[in-house]
Amino acid sequence: MLFRRLLTDDRGGRLFLAALGVVTVIVPIANLVMPPDSPLHVSTFTVALLGKFLCYALLAIALDLVWGYAGILSLGHGAFFALGGYAMGMHLMRQIGSRGVYGHPELPDFMVFLNWEKLPWYWHGFDMFWFAMLMVVLVPGALAFVFGWLAFRSRVKGVYFSIITQAMTYALMLAFFRNEMGFGGNNGLTDFKDLLGASLQAPSTRVALFVVSAIALAGGYLVCRYIVTSRLGRVLTAIRDSEDRVRFVGFKVEHYKVWVFTVSAMLAGLAGALYVPQVGIINPTEFQPLNSIELVVWVAVGGRGTLYGAALGALAVNYAKSVLTVEFPDAWLFALGALFVIVTLLLPSGVSDAAAAIKRLLARRLRHA
Amino acid sequence: MTFFRSRRRKGGRARLVTGFLAFLAFAHAALASPEFAETLERLGAAKSYEDRLLAARRLAESGHPNALAVLGDLLEGRLYTTRTDGRVVVAETAGEGYAIRDPATGEDLGRVGRRDVTRIGLNNQLRSSLRMLIAKLRLEDDNKSRRLAAIEEIGRSGDAEMIDVLAELAGREHDDKIKKAIETAIAVLRLDAEDAETRIAAIEAVSGNMSAHVRAKLTRLAGDDSLDAETREAAARALERIEAKAERYELLSTMFFGLSLGSVLVLAAIGLSVTFGIKGVINMAHGELIMLGAYTTYVVQQAFPSAIDYSLPIAIPAAFVVSGLVGIAIERGIVRFLYGRPLETLLATFGVSLILQQTVRTVFSPLNRSVTTPSWMSGSIEIVPGFALTLNRLYILAFSLVVFALLLLVLRYTRLGLEMRAVTQNRAMAKAMGIRSDRVDMLAFGLGAGIAGVAGVALSQLTNVGPNLGQAYIVDSFMVVVFGGVGNLWGTLVSGLGLGVVSKLLEPEVGAVLAKILVLVFLILFIQKRPSGLFPQKGRAAEG
Amino acid sequence: MRETTVTAEPAIGTETASTPIFDPVLGTPDIGQGWILYLDGITVSFDGFKALDGLSLYVDAGELRCVIGPNGAGKTTMMDVITGKTRPDSGVAYFGRRIDLLKLDEPEIASLGIGRKFQKPTVFSGHTVLENLELAGAPRKGVWHALRARMSGEERDRIDEALAIVGLAQHAHRPAGQLSHGQKQWLEIAMLLVQRPQLLLIDEPVAGMTRQETEMTAELLTSLAGKHSVVVVEHDMDFVRSIARKVTVLHEGRVLAEGRMEDIQNDPRVVEVYLGE
Repeated sequence: MLFRRLLTDDRGGRLFLAALGVVTVIVPIANLVMPPDSPLHVSTFTVALLGKFLCYALLAIALDLVWGYAGILSLGHGAFFALGGYAMGMHLMRQIGSRGVYGHPELPDFMVFLNWEKLPWYWHGFDMFWFAMLMVVLVPGALAFVFGWLAFRSRVKGVYFSIITQAMTYALMLAFFRNEMGFGGNNGLTDFKDLLGASLQAPSTRVALFVVSAIALAGGYLVCRYIVTSRLGRVLTAIRDSEDRVRFVGFKVEHYKVWVFTVSAMLAGLAGALYVPQVGIINPTEFQPLNSIELVVWVAVGGRGTLYGAALGALAVNYAKSVLTVEFPDAWLFALGALFVIVTLLLPSGVSDAAAAIKRLLARRLRHA
Repeated sequence: MTFFRSRRRKGGRARLVTGFLAFLAFAHAALASPEFAETLERLGAAKSYEDRLLAARRLAESGHPNALAVLGDLLEGRLYTTRTDGRVVVAETAGEGYAIRDPATGEDLGRVGRRDVTRIGLNNQLRSSLRMLIAKLRLEDDNKSRRLAAIEEIGRSGDAEMIDVLAELAGREHDDKIKKAIETAIAVLRLDAEDAETRIAAIEAVSGNMSAHVRAKLTRLAGDDSLDAETREAAARALERIEAKAERYELLSTMFFGLSLGSVLVLAAIGLSVTFGIKGVINMAHGELIMLGAYTTYVVQQAFPSAIDYSLPIAIPAAFVVSGLVGIAIERGIVRFLYGRPLETLLATFGVSLILQQTVRTVFSPLNRSVTTPSWMSGSIEIVPGFALTLNRLYILAFSLVVFALLLLVLRYTRLGLEMRAVTQNRAMAKAMGIRSDRVDMLAFGLGAGIAGVAGVALSQLTNVGPNLGQAYIVDSFMVVVFGGVGNLWGTLVSGLGLGVVSKLLEPEVGAVLAKILVLVFLILFIQKRPSGLFPQKGRAAEG
Repeated sequence: MRETTVTAEPAIGTETASTPIFDPVLGTPDIGQGWILYLDGITVSFDGFKALDGLSLYVDAGELRCVIGPNGAGKTTMMDVITGKTRPDSGVAYFGRRIDLLKLDEPEIASLGIGRKFQKPTVFSGHTVLENLELAGAPRKGVWHALRARMSGEERDRIDEALAIVGLAQHAHRPAGQLSHGQKQWLEIAMLLVQRPQLLLIDEPVAGMTRQETEMTAELLTSLAGKHSVVVVEHDMDFVRSIARKVTVLHEGRVLAEGRMEDIQNDPRVVEVYLGE
């Protein structure tokens, strides 16, 4: 019943989930079962790369929920992603225990290096997995709630909102660069050893993380789908199209915006938390405004307002990025810049819409033929 | 270019003095007086340090324009005698040997080997006497500022013997400023007096003095247990007064730095404010237009390396045109198709900013380029001792105010300004009255972009010119615009200067990074409290 | 001057305003005094320009009131004040006897039963007609409720009824963005109806409508009066004449005249500022 509501009108979504399912089965087999010299073998490096892309896709879906459906363009979603990542990073740091360079039983290396005597209060509890996982969603969620509550209550909207979210992530970046903050300053958190007792270097752990990312992506997709197909989702779209009307119909627009902004931030935090063990590091550059805005282009390319489009956009752009930055390092920013311009000018609804348009065009041709 | 750079780095009076003396040497080559030459000869021939001192005294009394230079050379160990004929020469290392010239006329005497000349030796006593001679000579200098410098130097030297010389000079001096300087110098010297009363009087006299050596001396006096309690107390009190004064100056110069930072923000923000005024367009490429202005300055300096001093007057209009044209291209090519869709405009112009950044990286280099500060902009002016304003910042502050005023004039009195205001207030009506709003949009965008270019010229004088220059300022300038109230130029001015001052005031308390974070957090909260800024546009026009 | 014409400084209002019977508990308006909307001494200024200047207006329960006035008379600003969009600098505004409108925001006022139709039709263009009405008619507007809400039979009935009234039943599943201008106006009115408002504020309902559509709208509005109280702001004098029982003329932010249409038409001051040409 629920699945019917979520996926009946969503052919793209069904295809997307099916493809995701297939990949989630094939990649682990290709990595763990196939011998390394087999042409069907997928290297552990590739598994981690794919896992990273899946995290990006989840992040893109989270942004699409607020931008595509509620019309709130956040230029600070990278911050929520990074906060989730830091929460996970803190857990991983605590897992290192006395295996650090300085061998301190409790303090992470960078704190020993800074001559800190004891663990800052906000680092307590992160040694417990469940607590860290809670923080992964609660910290970004709380920031989004407070920030959103302040902003939406004062009717800050449109480009103003975008700009202050950008300022928010910028301020966080500066803050996390400071050693005094206790998050490792410039270098961030790295040199992780293991997660839940499994070594992060082991291929099996990589595969497990990949699978968990895929499940999280599918789950995130369904959650967002549930939201956008509910009456709440219709209210969000209505806010996007005519905010005043929604107010005069009797909905508290601010509540809806804060709600969706917070949920989206939590999803972004989750994506960040899955991302960190797969790339092995989290540092303040994740907060830089460029990241957040690049994320916007993934969603724009895929087509905002279609959840699977956002996910596909993230995968496509990041694949292109990983190829271009290796082959033509200079060309990447040109390509990205051009992408921004082209997508906004020519494909306001993204590629997923362009495909539909082409299909319509072809159908008309065929009919005439 | 390197010439100017090295000049800038060395700085100081010595450079000026040697330069001036070199000039003198050429101008007075004819003044090779026989008497002077004879004294020089005696100096070269002198066997004992006493004789050398005698000769040096006669040189000092000779009144010869080059006497000071020769004594300086002697003190610095650049005076030699040739082995062949015992002639006194100035020698400077050149390759393997020395380049020598005549001390009196400056005439070039060619090169000699290392062994062909012998240095005229000195001992410490002779050195200090020489210093005294030189100081006295410099006190006689016709040039006021050099005289002042000499007086100060004597005060710093701590040579009690000079008190009488200074006192005698004070009797002859007519200039009040110099008289005062002499009194201060005497008081400084008397700080070391044996007699407690003199000492305390001297302490009182210097209690407003900001020079570092006075403060050092007072600190020593205050902590010297061998002195009487009264002297120590007086010194401590004087120090307190000086500290208080120093704090005030500190505050003043912090304010100045704040205003200077603020003026840069204003420059960066007013252009943004203009483009923002047209249909609420957020131009994310504004930072890169600033960067283009800075690179234009760089290119101008590269093209005319010999005319650095004129590079800015050339660069300002050039940058205006370059950035303005790029801005117009952005408007025509992209922005105009997106009017009414501010979020898309934001994204598209961000794409442009990436392209511009990468273009600059490809054309120039990813590395920073250094832009030279013209000589007339380097250095600082001392308002009072202990409080100096750096010239480049002062100029930029003035410049941004001028640009601001010009922009106001353009908006108020030119046809474009009139049409811009008309279009902003009521586009439909303006169109109906025959204003080509399309063209106005384009020109207004170009104007905003051009101002960004001009801001880039100013920025190039303060910071490194690199592909990321624009990024560093864009968040701040957005904040300034929003804080001041969108479309309100005066608001932008006030908020820019205010934010600059506030961040600089915060900096010493909490550090630069935290200050920046605090300002950002404050702004974020402020905007939420008053979404339309400090000075909101009211009325129906603002709703549209 | 005829006796029916009330001048801009009404004596009746000031008395009552000095002793407002205020009950902070929200709920249905208490219509004891007979009026459903009570505005007194409302002043709104933008940058020194007074959009409303001591405006006082009383609307009886079940009344159909037309508000006319030249451009800039303050008609839209008045609607903004009633619906909570604009806060006045001074004055009082009560819904019934007990509910102080100036303490509430737009959604709260809307939930109380004051519906507003904008000058420019504003519907949710991405949604179908049905979805538009679903949102408007949702009985509970909370976020968490909306996440799980499904349309009840009762809601659906009310929507069908409204669709029938405005004649859009066959368009229920069309996206609202595809409707004609007149259809959008009606959809907006239908959205008001499913909100079950006690007071309808309608800004220029027939602007851009064909003659036929205008007639239909006139009929619709007249039929609404009685069950609901309706305030219509309109420029079209023929339209006003066809529906109006009582007309209020605004000029420069205050009430210039009030009374029956035929009296208003003969008032020399009204003729001078508005009807003269």
